[in-house]
Amino acid sequence: MSKIMLEVNGLTTKYITRYNESVYAVNDVSFQVEEGKSVGIAGESGCGKSTLALSLMGYYFPPLHYTKGDIIIDGRNISGMDPDDVRKNILGTEIAYIPQAAMNALNPTRKVIRFIEDVIWAHDPKISKKDIHDLARERFETLNLPEDTLNKYPVELSGGMKQRTVISISTILSPKVLIADEPSSALDVTSQKMVIKMIHDLMELGYIKSMIFITHELPLLYNVTDDIMVMYAGQIVERGSADQMIFDPIHPYSKGLMGSILVPEDGTRDVKITAIPGTPPNLKKPPDGCRFAERCQYVKSQCRVQNMELAGLGNGRTSRCMMSEEELREAYKNE
Amino acid sequence: MSEREICLSGTGVSKVFGFGNRKTVAVDNVDFNFYSGELVSIVGESGSGKTTLIKMLLGLTSVTEGEIQFLGKKRDIRTRSKKKEYWKDIQAIFQDPFSSYNIFSKIDSVLLDCIHMRGGRMLPKAKKIEMMEEACRFVNLKYAEMTNKYPFELSGGQMQRLMIARIFLLRPKILLADEPTSMIDACSRATILDMLLNLRNETGMTIIFITHDMGLAYYISDTVYIMERGKIVEFGSADEVILNPQADYTKRLLSDVPKIHEPWEFSKRNQTPPPQTPVEA
Ligand SMILES: Nc1ncnc2c1ncn2[C@@H]1O[C@H](COP(=O)(O)OP(=O)(O)O)[C@@H](O)[C@H]1O
Ligand SMILES: Nc1ncnc2c1ncn2[C@@H]1O[C@H](COP(=O)(O)OP(=O)(O)O)[C@@H](O)[C@H]1O
Ligand SMILES: [Mg+2]
Ligand SMILES: [Mg+2]
Repeated sequence: MSKIMLEVNGLTTKYITRYNESVYAVNDVSFQVEEGKSVGIAGESGCGKSTLALSLMGYYFPPLHYTKGDIIIDGRNISGMDPDDVRKNILGTEIAYIPQAAMNALNPTRKVIRFIEDVIWAHDPKISKKDIHDLARERFETLNLPEDTLNKYPVELSGGMKQRTVISISTILSPKVLIADEPSSALDVTSQKMVIKMIHDLMELGYIKSMIFITHELPLLYNVTDDIMVMYAGQIVERGSADQMIFDPIHPYSKGLMGSILVPEDGTRDVKITAIPGTPPNLKKPPDGCRFAERCQYVKSQCRVQNMELAGLGNGRTSRCMMSEEELREAYKNE
Repeated sequence: MSEREICLSGTGVSKVFGFGNRKTVAVDNVDFNFYSGELVSIVGESGSGKTTLIKMLLGLTSVTEGEIQFLGKKRDIRTRSKKKEYWKDIQAIFQDPFSSYNIFSKIDSVLLDCIHMRGGRMLPKAKKIEMMEEACRFVNLKYAEMTNKYPFELSGGQMQRLMIARIFLLRPKILLADEPTSMIDACSRATILDMLLNLRNETGMTIIFITHDMGLAYYISDTVYIMERGKIVEFGSADEVILNPQADYTKRLLSDVPKIHEPWEFSKRNQTPPPQTPVEA
């Protein structure tokens, strides 16, 4: 078994709103990512994907608060670490994060190279400008980004170029874990493909050692990651290989999610897509028992009281459901 | 099927913004024929001119060159009253349902306005409520839960369904839908696409659906038009265009879309073909 790059145990975080209400957006999340692997996170909007991404940095600012759990990066537990310490010693080198809509958040009055200086100096202020520029030039060259991009302002770049630039800046210190939250969702398909190629290259070249990739676009996720985790109402409800999850989901929520996939491929037009009725629960007061019970067509009375753990199914898969894999398969067969 | 009736068509339609070297040709000399009861998609990347075309069809922006024909006659919307008349037959829903909305009107008054626009002002109150209930039922919203609520109390998906409920009451001949599902989840998207298909099937409405999503266009359309930088580069039945594209642009878009059954260039899955659906041991 290869080395574990990221291990998360029982991570629980919440927002505390202005009205002092708690939103339990990440609840008892545990998983591991091995070296060289990428893991995708899928789920409806509002289920906590972005909050999980943010929480994984081990760096919290209001309204987000840490409650409990461990985040272990390459053997080092970063939860409970001092924020300044995290900023200096963790961000960029251990873990890098590309937030949703990052490309529009670049300060428009600064050149690309200035952002790279910032990232590197935050980690080590003693590195010389020349060394930074050499590193940046070399990195841009290996990633097939034009060198003159370094001296451009963000507005001078197209959407796709801007996003690839943001990714190169964020990964300049070769982090062990890259967390990418919807990095290509705002782009046209061709730019999206270029972003994915770049992420692919970063991994091949060893500039990133593992990745968490978040998107609600399942066909994209299928092609980008080794494993897929499905999140619902702040919890992971299932994890399996990309093939297992897309073609053979076990958990009723994953099953519902996969029923909505649309791809322009022969034969797909005749298969009716399905939706999951209802809406996710309010995370200010998540229901007892299974959080999906309300919308699940296989619900039993027990589901509403008994809290299920994410349990192994064998074959490397895990699922959080009262019904066994056999029972669920039987139920799906009779549909 | 008998001879198909053309409900909306255009010849040499162009839209130019600005002038001189600041000129943008947003829509460039396009021809199209949309048939009654048809679900047509117009597909292209962002900036290809889809929204501009929709705005011209709706009469929200002027046509720089060319002509639009409505029900076989040259469209005439030069006066305010003719435009109002036209809008009884052609309506739109947009990407951001909250944008096209008066945030101060409550949901029931939004629906009531639709009944009034259709000349139902004098109907008895009970009849109006019955119609609103039916419209809500059509989009799977509960009328009782809608009364006295403001639009911003709804989720994006619910809001978009409310917009469809409006269309259900307004019964235009043509519905223009500009990326109505691009801001909502795949799951709610499935619901909304289903509702639009039902709307078309039940009322015979012509639906012109704008999208950048090839998979979506393939799923819901009878006919697909492909737009590249203001030009229509190809059109035909969904199967023709998606499974056997002729234009280089269409071919590129299709090859760049992530697939799940066919290979995709930078896929992690390239080494292993997807498994067959597992068989019972
Ligand atoms: N700043 C915030 N304050 C309070 N609640 C928030 C905040 N940001 C997100 N939430 C809530 O947390 C939950 C998870 O949101 P998010 O992580 O953004 O989901 P996703 O990325 O899956 O769409 C949602 O219920 C959302 O309303
Ligand atoms: N009001 C406007 N003034 C100037 N240019 C515009 C205006 N509206 C759109 N454009 C330009 O027209 C082109 C087509 O835009 P649009 O119709 O919005 O494309 P799409 O909907 O396919 O993304 C773009 O280059 C856009 O910048
Ligand atoms: Mg998010
Ligand atoms: Mg548009």
